[in-house]
Amino acid sequence: MTGSLSRIAAVFIKEVTQLRRDRLTFAMMVLIPVMQLLLFGYAINTDPRKLPTAVVDLDGSQFSRSFLSAMQETGYFEMDRQPRSEKELDDLFLAGKVQFGVQIPPNFGRDIMRGENPALLVIADATDPSASGNAIAALQQLPARVFTRDLQGAGHIRDGAKPPFELRLHRRYNPTGETSFNIVPGLMGTILTLTMLLFTGLSVTREVERGTMETLLSLPIRPVEIMLGKIAPYVVVGAIQMTIILSAGFLLFGVPLAGSLPLLLVLTTLFICANLAVGYTFSTIATSQLQAMQMSFFFFLPSMLLSGFMFPFRGMPEWAQWIGEVLPLTHFLRIIRGIMLKGAGFGDLATEIAAVAAFTLVAMTIAVMRFRQTLD
Amino acid sequence: MNAVAARKPDAPGIVIDVEGLTKSFGGRTVVKNVTMQVRRGLIYGFLGPNGSGKTTTIRMLTGLLTPDSGHGTCLGYDILTQSTEIKRHVGYMTQRFSLYTDLSIRENLEFVARVHGMPDPRGATQDAIARLGLENRASQLAGELSGGWKQRLALGACILPSPKLLLLDEPTAGVDPQARREFWDEIHHLAHEGVTVLVSTHYMDEAERCHEIAYIAYGELLTRGTVEEVVAQSGLTTYTVTGGDLTALADELQKKPGVDQVAPFGVELHVSGRDRKRLDAAIAPYRAKNTKAWRQSEPTLEDVFIELMSRSRDNFG
Ligand SMILES: Nc1ncnc2c1ncn2[C@@H]1O[C@H](COP(=O)(O)OP(=O)(O)O)[C@@H](O)[C@H]1O
Ligand SMILES: [Mg+2]
Repeated sequence: MTGSLSRIAAVFIKEVTQLRRDRLTFAMMVLIPVMQLLLFGYAINTDPRKLPTAVVDLDGSQFSRSFLSAMQETGYFEMDRQPRSEKELDDLFLAGKVQFGVQIPPNFGRDIMRGENPALLVIADATDPSASGNAIAALQQLPARVFTRDLQGAGHIRDGAKPPFELRLHRRYNPTGETSFNIVPGLMGTILTLTMLLFTGLSVTREVERGTMETLLSLPIRPVEIMLGKIAPYVVVGAIQMTIILSAGFLLFGVPLAGSLPLLLVLTTLFICANLAVGYTFSTIATSQLQAMQMSFFFFLPSMLLSGFMFPFRGMPEWAQWIGEVLPLTHFLRIIRGIMLKGAGFGDLATEIAAVAAFTLVAMTIAVMRFRQTLD
Repeated sequence: MNAVAARKPDAPGIVIDVEGLTKSFGGRTVVKNVTMQVRRGLIYGFLGPNGSGKTTTIRMLTGLLTPDSGHGTCLGYDILTQSTEIKRHVGYMTQRFSLYTDLSIRENLEFVARVHGMPDPRGATQDAIARLGLENRASQLAGELSGGWKQRLALGACILPSPKLLLLDEPTAGVDPQARREFWDEIHHLAHEGVTVLVSTHYMDEAERCHEIAYIAYGELLTRGTVEEVVAQSGLTTYTVTGGDLTALADELQKKPGVDQVAPFGVELHVSGRDRKRLDAAIAPYRAKNTKAWRQSEPTLEDVFIELMSRSRDNFG
């Protein structure tokens, strides 16, 4: 056993030393996550303003006018259309001409004066939730404060902190209204998938192509020891990437963390191992570095598309969901979103954790079995 | 893990004992029925032209290639089933440099020491560096070394774990004469310390530095024994001719029946034949002219090998 550890350590030290010399790979390790995060992160975080908004004002009172101008003042809405009927409004939505629609009911102002707490309907096109997220957030601030001036001296009809009217938000097309917070944790998963695959995907084929495999095979070391020694340095690299991405997520994008940070770190490390194992497996199967690269991309694409990162998982056809269930990224997305956004704990995520762990074990087993111990 | 338990009792003093090794790649048999025995402490030369199957044979001895048929032992370990043990006790130097070019000499050696589970890898590496005179280059990347230094490093990595058997595959190919000389000195030192060395080469002159040799061509082991034995076994008669223009003579003799081989060696011409009577008859008219000096001589190893090779080509071509 100690012999085994010393052999794993031998490969580990060798790999780290080679890694330090390989400036390009080293740069890739830091730059890939930063670049992707900034590109994707700011693409989602672009805080779109002046969103096209249609207004159907059936009231026309002082109150409806000051509500509309308050909306305008948030900067998120451009109220340039006045459809005359609900049908016309629907058509505008379907054609994608407007992102928001505001319906102010008749007698809105009168009902406010009477303290009857009327409802005002705002319809949002939530196809792309990140596009409307901030606008909606701004909108939801309005009821509490928009009429403070109009209602001065009318305090007697207001009871406590209750807003004078109700803002009903109707999200069309995407009722759960996934927010951009959904995507930043997802980015961590995809970035780690890509980089980890690339790093180990080349590790065995490189030895073969450089001719060093013959020396390695003539040494008394077992395939499983070579694998662990080769994967271990990248677990550290993965941990560094994880730190970069999480820090950026918290500092730049203000992603919340509802659950436990240690749990998140441990499970992310497990996910890193899963991807390293896949990459290593490819590398034992491929006959050249190019082939290993191709296999990695072949694995990466469905991970991007079918894991729930690109498209909502439940919106995919059943066959796609089945493929998705096999991919570690799918389970990791549930884990990381669960921990960061919902505060999920170990117990809640047990199935997902088991899935990632099982995947890792299967991949490693295949890799060890596929590792060719002779030059035949 | 039980290193000693699994060892078969081997003939005393026989380190390599293989029989009938055969290997083909894609339908082409590149090693045919090779049988070989190497005694402990010998420097055993494994000679043969390029592509004759030396590397393939050595790889089968280490367990890196699985023979299609044949069996045998290395240090008493079965080459088919105990390659792990063989790897632990055999130092194999590959024909092509196959250490890590992006690691320094020291880092390469430390890696090997660690994989072998040596108790003090740094110390052992330092000793090896000193032994091979690599002190000044210890931190240099292996990829930046010249051929001679690379080869020295590769040998250092092989002998680091103190193996009982060294398999060196064309260690001196492409190395300058000075480095070659030093390399052979080192091999003799190792043999003196009790290490058995099997060294493949296609340089004929290196055969003279070996205790025993085997010659392989077209995948077939054609002869083996000491240099004297090999020459005697060949049954070759050789005359050395000197004086005057030898080129015209060589061209003429080449066509004569009974003359199997004509080879110029500087100012001499070696004329050899398998059948002494027919050879004598063929050259008699030329000797009678008395324009050149003829004398019977020992065939050189090279004469023997070229003869063996042409005979085997006749059989298989
Ligand atoms: N892995 C392989 N696949 C196919 N052919 C091979 C392989 N290895 C060696 N050969 C062929 O086998 C023959 C013997 O090669 P080798 O053992 O390397 O000869 P040597 O070492 O004496 O030069 C050569 O013709 C070579 O092309
Ligand atoms: Mg060779």
